[in-house]
Formats: sequence, structure tokens, C-alpha cells
Amino acid sequence: MTTLLALPYWQETGIKLGLALAIIPTTSLILVYLFLFKMMAFMQSRLGPNDTGPYGTLQLIAEAIKFLQKEDIHPAQADRRVFRMAPVVVLASTFLLYVVLPAGPDAVVQNLDTGVFYAMAVSSISVLGILMAGWSSANKYALLGGLRAAGQLIAYELPLILAVMGVVIQAETLNLQGIVEAQATGEIFGFGGIGNPFILTQFLAFLIFMIAAQAELTQTPFDMPVAETELVGGFHIEYTGFRFLLFFMAEFGTAFAFAALASVMFLGGWWIPGFDVDDNILNVLGPGVMLGKILLIAFFIFWVRFTYPRLREDQLQKFAWKVLIPLALVNIVLTGIFKVVF
Amino acid sequence: MTATSDREQMAYISSQAADARVNVELDTGDMTLNIGPQHPATHGTLRIACQLDGEQVVVAEPIMGYMHRGYEKLCEVRTYPQCTTLINRIDWLGSFANEVPFILAAERLMEVEAPPRAQWIRTILFELSRVANLALFLGDMGVQIGALTPVFFAFRDRERVLNQIEEVTGGRFHPNFDRIGGLKDDIPKGWIEETHSVMVKMRTFCDEMEDLLVGNEIFQARCRGVGVIPPEVALSYGLSGANLRASGVDWDLRRDANPGLAWDQVDWRVWTHPDGDSFARYWVRLQETREATRIVDQLLDGIPSGPIMAKVPRIIKVPAGEAYLSTENPLGEMGYYIVSKGDLGPFRVKIRTPSFNNISIVPWVMKGVYVPDVITILGSLYFILGDIDR
Amino acid sequence: MTDETPPEDNAVVDEKREALLAGLSESLGEDLVESYLRPHEDLWLRVRSESWQDSIRTAKSAGFEYFGFLSAIDWEIAPEGRYEDTEFDGGLEEEDEEPVEIDSSTGYGGGGSRFQLLVQLYSLSQQIGLILKTDVGEDMTIDTIRDIFAGADWHERETHEMFGVFFRGHPTLQPLYLPTEFEGHPLRKDFPLLARQVKPWPGVVDIEEIPEHLEAQLEAEVMAAFEANGGAS
Repeated sequence: MTTLLALPYWQETGIKLGLALAIIPTTSLILVYLFLFKMMAFMQSRLGPNDTGPYGTLQLIAEAIKFLQKEDIHPAQADRRVFRMAPVVVLASTFLLYVVLPAGPDAVVQNLDTGVFYAMAVSSISVLGILMAGWSSANKYALLGGLRAAGQLIAYELPLILAVMGVVIQAETLNLQGIVEAQATGEIFGFGGIGNPFILTQFLAFLIFMIAAQAELTQTPFDMPVAETELVGGFHIEYTGFRFLLFFMAEFGTAFAFAALASVMFLGGWWIPGFDVDDNILNVLGPGVMLGKILLIAFFIFWVRFTYPRLREDQLQKFAWKVLIPLALVNIVLTGIFKVVF
Repeated sequence: MTATSDREQMAYISSQAADARVNVELDTGDMTLNIGPQHPATHGTLRIACQLDGEQVVVAEPIMGYMHRGYEKLCEVRTYPQCTTLINRIDWLGSFANEVPFILAAERLMEVEAPPRAQWIRTILFELSRVANLALFLGDMGVQIGALTPVFFAFRDRERVLNQIEEVTGGRFHPNFDRIGGLKDDIPKGWIEETHSVMVKMRTFCDEMEDLLVGNEIFQARCRGVGVIPPEVALSYGLSGANLRASGVDWDLRRDANPGLAWDQVDWRVWTHPDGDSFARYWVRLQETREATRIVDQLLDGIPSGPIMAKVPRIIKVPAGEAYLSTENPLGEMGYYIVSKGDLGPFRVKIRTPSFNNISIVPWVMKGVYVPDVITILGSLYFILGDIDR
Repeated sequence: MTDETPPEDNAVVDEKREALLAGLSESLGEDLVESYLRPHEDLWLRVRSESWQDSIRTAKSAGFEYFGFLSAIDWEIAPEGRYEDTEFDGGLEEEDEEPVEIDSSTGYGGGGSRFQLLVQLYSLSQQIGLILKTDVGEDMTIDTIRDIFAGADWHERETHEMFGVFFRGHPTLQPLYLPTEFEGHPLRKDFPLLARQVKPWPGVVDIEEIPEHLEAQLEAEVMAAFEANGGAS
């Protein structure tokens, strides 16, 4: 924000902190309302919430108030400190993700040179929180859910990272802003009219990334850790009220963050394809463009979620190790060859 | 198809056996997991105590009785017409179909026969309750496996069938409409047309389910080769309905032991599937729902005219004797063994419910499956708690 | 109702079942005590309780390989009766021409003991149902058939808890429906139904009487409707 406003360091930090704090509730609200409430209801030919506020927009506020009112219950056998910490750890991982997500040429909390690396690293912290929740709840369903989550998240971390590698090789940077830059200025075999959105040249990586992200987000068809009809909610079975709300927000906040990551790495983030716009204007327009791209990707995430049944644990592992990881490796090799040849 | 699935089954079984061996060698401890009595997959209060080795089931033992209402005892102190109120609540998704075998058994003892019109309307309502019941299964199976959408479609379209049943009987769930010697009322005006259009919608619903679930790779991966029941085992456990036919046994009481309803008047077929796995059970039920809509369509066009009640005394006394009569209900063979002593009410009623037998195979079929398969198998065996516990 | 039964019904000879009965009585030999046959219905056979397992096995090898159910009947007349509220029902009973007569026989196939066990089997190829009965002696013990029909396992458990019949050779005769601490066998006729003792059931009282002048008219209408349809009943 240095070009727009010259603020003292503490003020700038304050604004950024405020934004970051506000962003998770807001983003998860947007996703829950748009997709979980309205789109899902539309797809399942039912109404969805429509009483509270116009088109049920205030339903979420009502839900949040409901969650806040509920009693905070600990199971008798639970490991209390770990039990309380778990949702915070999961949410912290989501918060940390937002640090590197750029919404404009300068609209970013911290422009890290190792942005991609950082994002992948902090996103796996949530596994810890989920394992903590599963273990400390003193519930067999929660334990099974936690263990499944651990196995699944670790298995799908690999294709996720390997898929990103292709993008990184092509963009020649780990910096997320740099990746956007590379897409804006890139050319596809000499044709530079629309830049080079990596979804075109890295389509395989995009597919692998989306599938792995679906698994990382524990959305159907990879929702075994939650699996309502088997594990009755899995790792968060014993959580009530506000602590459950934290998990819930983290789930959708992370979904938003992953959609943002995907849109940065494959759709060009805040950059508008085919238009050469001034940076200052892009700082204002960028978040809007970004939001559009994020919602587009989130739409696909949730579309799949509402349509598919869930895989079994062994089938899920098989799919990760036997299909996704080899494909991702092939993609890296191909990208490398093309990079060297062209 | 058979060859592939046989191979798949064998591979599945041998891989599980290998897993079990490894676990025995490592001597890992077992964990007991109670699935139920409050669990979304048991839609009711069934409890399955599973001994788990990791995520693999070593022993699964269903424990029921949380909803035991003692209907057999209660029937002994009621008159025959009063019994149907209880019987309605056995399989609550296809209530009308429950009444029919009891009434038919009582009629057989009394040597009364309902007039043809009543028999036709009985058959229509019977098949409508089959559609209403199976439609819910078709959607619910999706939820058990994790697809949320089909069940909403099922509830949406099932409502139309329930409306048709309500229009005739006055009750959506518990019609209590069948009487000894006929029916309580005739069908209302315009009902036949409406029912025709509902049947068209139900066929569309079946197509939707075929697209959403049957053709879905994940659904197939979850269901094929899971919970395979060979025909001999199915017979010795007394499995009935679609569970039996999915094991390749061509047996349908509607065709093979028709107790006088109008099924022999229409053109329909019995569907079987050779595989005996969860997928086969889903597939057979899907075809049966379609077939039921066809039966209804044909029956609607040919309802004979005439009275709907035979001449029966106002106070019904059933002559002494015994009768066992069963029909092919949505869940399977439901039968009533009535012992009468010439009294106002039955002396003893043994209610043979399909779900009781169908669920008794659970300990056999669930050896060595994974926890998610427990849900798949339970879902595909399709039970209703009131039908197990009576 | 007998007057309404068409006379030719009694004359129907069910050759398929007759032949089956002949075949079964030959293979069962001495074990078969009594049999009962009604055309186009299930076939009732009563076998000796000592050879219960063998008889089931014989039936299974004769093609009856589908297991329907297993249960028991308590032939004792319930001491409490039907718990009907005589205050309500009394008036109606008087008007009734034939008072309720309790038949004291023990069903098709006869039998001397208080408890009888019955099993229903199907032959899918012949499309015939078979009901096998046996007497349960004073010791209330009988051989299990769960080795022959696996499905009998739960049915025997249910019969055990409901009637108190012991099945020799059944490894897990735990209660199926009732809580473990439950005492008594609910489906025995001498087991009181407490809910009914507290509040008697009104029996048939809810039948409203039709005024006499209307009754004749109604009857005539019904009969006219029947005759219009060729008297089909």
C-alpha cells in the first residue's frame, strides 16, 4: 500500500491486522451463504433459508448468534487444554494463509519471496489441529476421523505441492505476486494477447491441484474425516457452540483461501486478461476481479461437493498415490522439458 | 459383468484376508465401536457393536430392541379391526402394504373374499406404497455413501406419491384403510388421472437416480463387491425382497404366491441381478420402483366396477383355524401367522417381518469389511427399525 | 360365514400338495405325527420333537431351502382373558346371538403340549410353503436348527426370550429385544399385560349401533349391489 498511502508502520500494520481478522468471517460468510445455502438449495430443488432478511441473507447472522449462545461442552474424558486449543490451531492455519494472498499489485499483507512455499507449509498446520481435536475428544468416532484426516491430508499434500511445482517452474518464482506477473506478461508459444493464464498451459497441474485441494478441504468426495453418515462428524463430533463455529469458519475460510491460491496460480489473480491497466487502478479493481475468479473456482469446488458420493479411505489413498502423484511428476517433467526447449 | 465382478470380489476378499493375517501377526488390540443406537446411518435405533481392528470390522453384532413395542402381544388383546392400527406402524414407510397380508389372512380364515374392485384398488395402493418406500431408499442410499442431493429429490418426489395415497385413504403415513372384506372407501374423482401423472414423475425420478448414482464411478466403486451375499446364504438366512433377488434368486411372492391380488392381471417382470453385492441391491430396487409404476399405470386403466366391500358382519369373529399369509412388501416378505380360536381377536399373531431376517445376516456379511462398508451394507440391505423390532 | 362359501371350494383337490405330502410322509417316516392340508395354502406337518433337527434336514433336502420364520405358540388360555372392559362390552354381548366360544383345540396338526414350535419353509422350485410344528415337552428344551438354517439363529433367540424355550446347542441365547435384567417371558399367555390391567381396553364398544329401521334398508342395498355385479363375493 506504499504507493497509495504513506502511513507509519504501526498504522499500516493495524489496518492489515484488522483486515486479516475480518477476512475469515467475511469470506466464510460469502461462501456459506452463496454456495452452501443458496446454490445447494437450488441444486437440490428446495428453497434454502429465505425468511431471515431479504433472500435469507441474515440467516448467517442468526446462525452465528445461535452458535454463540450454545453451551461450551467438554467431554468428561477429554484432554481439556488440547481440546480447547485444537480449533484455534486449525483457524490459525487459515489466518496464516491469508498473509500471502495478493488482491492487487500492492494489496497484500506480506509479499513473501517464498510465498508458494509458505502457503503450502502453513496450510498443513491444520492437520495438527484436526489430529489434536480427534485425539483429545476421547471419542472413538473423533479418533477415527482424526486419523483419517491425518492420513488423507498428508497423502494429498504431496500432489498439491507437486502440482504447484509445475507452475513454479514455468513462472520461475515462488513469489505469488511474481506468478501473477508471469501470467500477465507471459506468452503462449509466442501469442501474448491474453498473457499466459497458467490454466491453459498447466491444465494438468490445475486439475491435480483442484482435486488435491478438494481433499485438503475435506469436501466430498474426500470428506471421510467428517463423513456425517459414518463418523457422524468425525473429528469435530464433540465440539459445540463457538468452538464448532471456529471449525466451521476455518473450513470455509480455507476453502476461500485455496480458491484464491488457485486463482492466483492458474487464473492470473488480480490481473485482468487482455487489458493493460495501471497498477493504482488495479489495486482498487484487483480485489473485485480476484473475488470473481475465486467464486468461479469455489463454485466448482462446491458443485462437486454436492454431486458426488464419498470415496472409501483405501480408495482415496490409492487414488492419491497411484494416480495423482505420478501424474503430477509427469507434469513436472513435461514442464521442465518445455521450459528448456522453448 | 459377472466375470469382472467375481474377480473383483475375490480380489477384495483375498486382500482383506491378507490384511487380517498381518494384523494377527502383529497382535494389535481391537477397539469396540458402537454404531448406534443414535447414528444417522441406522435411521432409527439400531445399534451395531463392531469390533474394529484399525478400520476393519472383526465382528459386527447388531443389538436391537430399543424400539420393541410388543405388537404380537398387543394384537392378542385386540379385535381384528383394531390390529391394523398397530400393523400400520411396523414398516412406516409403506404402511398400507403392511395391512394387506394381515387382512388377507383374516379373510382367508373367514373364507370371505373382497370384491374384484377392492382387490384392484388394494393392489394399486400396495404398489403406491412400494413406490413411496423404495423412492426413499433410492435417495437415502446416496446419503449413506455421502452424496447429499439424491435424498432431497427423493423426498420431493415421494411427497407426490404420499399425496395420492392421502387423497384416497386420508392418511399419508398410516392409512388404516384396509378392511376385512374390502376397503373403507372408493377412490375419489379425478384420482386416476393424477396418479398417472405422478407415475410419470416417478419414472423421471428413477432416471435421475440412475444418472446421479448408478452411473457414478464413485458410487460403483463404493458398492460393487461390497457385502456380497451368495444365493445359498441368502436362502438359509431367509432374506427376502430385493435382497434375495439381488443375489440372483428369482423369487417374488407377487408372481409365485399371489394371494389373490391383481398382480396376475397385468404385464410386469421380476428383476434379478447375479452379483449379490450392494450395487446389485440398489439396482434391483431401482428397477422394481420402475416396474411398480408400470404396474400402477396398467392397473389404473383396468379397475373393474362393482362394490368395494364384501358382505361381512358388523362384529367380526374369525372362525377357529390357522393361516399364514405373506406378500411381497417393499422391504421383502411380510407375513402374518394368525391363530384364531373363534374369538373377536386373534389368539396369537406371529409377525414375520422382512427386515428382521434381512438384518440377521449382518454378522455374517460384515466380517472383514471397513467401517465405511458397514454403512454401505446397512444402507443397501435396507431395513426399517419398526420392521425389525415390531 | 360357512353359508357363503361356494360348495365347490371344499371339493378342490390340490394334487401338487397331495403328492408333496405323500413324498414327505414317506421320507419322514415315523417322525411325522400328523399332517394337515388345505388346498392352495401352506402344508402343516407335525413332527416328533426328538427328531426335530432330522425332520428339518429332511425338509431341506426335499427342496424346502428358504427359511421363512421360526416361532412358538402358547396354547394355554390366558387367565386374564382379553382384558376387555366388560362394563362396556357386556351390553353388546347380550344382543349378540352366538356368544363367543373359545375353541379348545390346538390348531392344525394337533398336539398335546402347551407350547408348540413352528417353522415356515418355502420350496422355491415348487412354490409351496411348509409349516413344520413340533411339541415342546415339559423340560422346554429342543434342538437348535441354526446349523441347518443360519437364519434361525435370531428367531431362536427371540423365541427363547419370549416363550422361555431352550434351544440345545445354541451358543448365544442372549435376549434379543428385552433388556438383560428383564424377568419373565412376555409372549406366554400367563404373562400379564400390565398396561391393560391398569386401563381395560374397550374392545368392540366403538361400533355404533345402526337403528333398526335403517339396518334392514342398508342390508337390502348391499345385497342389491352384489346381485347387480353377478353376486361375486
